[in-house]
Amino acid sequence: MTVPTTLDRRFRDAAAAEGLLDVSYDVADTPVGQLLVAVTDRGLCRISFDPEPEREAEQLARTFGVRVLRAAHPIDPVRHELDEYFEGRRREFDLPIDLRGRSEFSRVVLEELGRVPYGEVTTYGALAARSGRPRAARGVGMIMNRNPIPIVLPCHRVVGSTGSLVGYGGGLERKRQLLDLEEAPI
Amino acid sequence: MEAVTIPPFERFYEEHRDAVFRHLVRLLGRQRADDAFQETFLRALRGYADLEHGRHLKAWVFTIATRVAADEGRRRRPEAELGAELGIDGERPAYAQLEHLAAELPEKERAAVVLRYGYDLGYDQIADALNSSEDAARQAASSGVRRLRRRLG
Repeated sequence: MTVPTTLDRRFRDAAAAEGLLDVSYDVADTPVGQLLVAVTDRGLCRISFDPEPEREAEQLARTFGVRVLRAAHPIDPVRHELDEYFEGRRREFDLPIDLRGRSEFSRVVLEELGRVPYGEVTTYGALAARSGRPRAARGVGMIMNRNPIPIVLPCHRVVGSTGSLVGYGGGLERKRQLLDLEEAPI
Repeated sequence: MEAVTIPPFERFYEEHRDAVFRHLVRLLGRQRADDAFQETFLRALRGYADLEHGRHLKAWVFTIATRVAADEGRRRRPEAELGAELGIDGERPAYAQLEHLAAELPEKERAAVVLRYGYDLGYDQIADALNSSEDAARQAASSGVRRLRRRLG
């Protein structure tokens, strides 16, 4: 005998509703594949392509605390905004972000990244300059590669100085897909 | 002592939810198991961040489930059901038959009986849960059972 699905879901929702979780996560279906989406009480803390929930849960637990539970309800606002984005109805995300566990410089860069407008591209060097370290283009590349919240923090809008796509944590195919969606000049 | 990392709650929950549910159904019946199930894991969540290591998590959550079921039982058990539970036979009495009786045992015997016969834990795990030796755990369980038999006359 196994736990009935309704009871399982009821417990997960209750756990989230009572504020007992460090992290809630769930998997969202999008045109760029399944995404694992995780939130804390402070905001969105993770979006992962090609998720392996078990491994992700371990990582989330290390950064945010061990009370990590899959729960659909808490990520609904994120799911909703992602849907709108992929339907071309949303150009800016209106979601609080939780960047705990990142270095000071990473946070500065990721916050700066969040200001790159929809449908535009910038370069690693330019982003480094705007983050106060003009010579740190390579470091910025690393930070983009490890961006914990892709799509919402739009690292797909960052390209090489020659206009080449360079790389993307979720694979170049997806980077192109996102830039196409935004009709970015690339 | 070897440090055992506390797993993410999700993993702990997935690992034990079915066994805990079956256990609660056995104790309380299908109708009353749902609320007890939710309460058990909510209580577990409340204590989870304060655990010092990841050992004996099964014993831990079964202990919580037991307490929840006992609370439920005290709150809702109709008097008429009590009379039906007074036959204990053989080496492995059904936990449902033991529960309210075990409540009257000395603490250590009660814990040993409940963990052994109710949750089917090994004596090594019980010893860990009770912070005692395996022999002491075995002894506590068997003297608990003897005491119950005497009480049943």
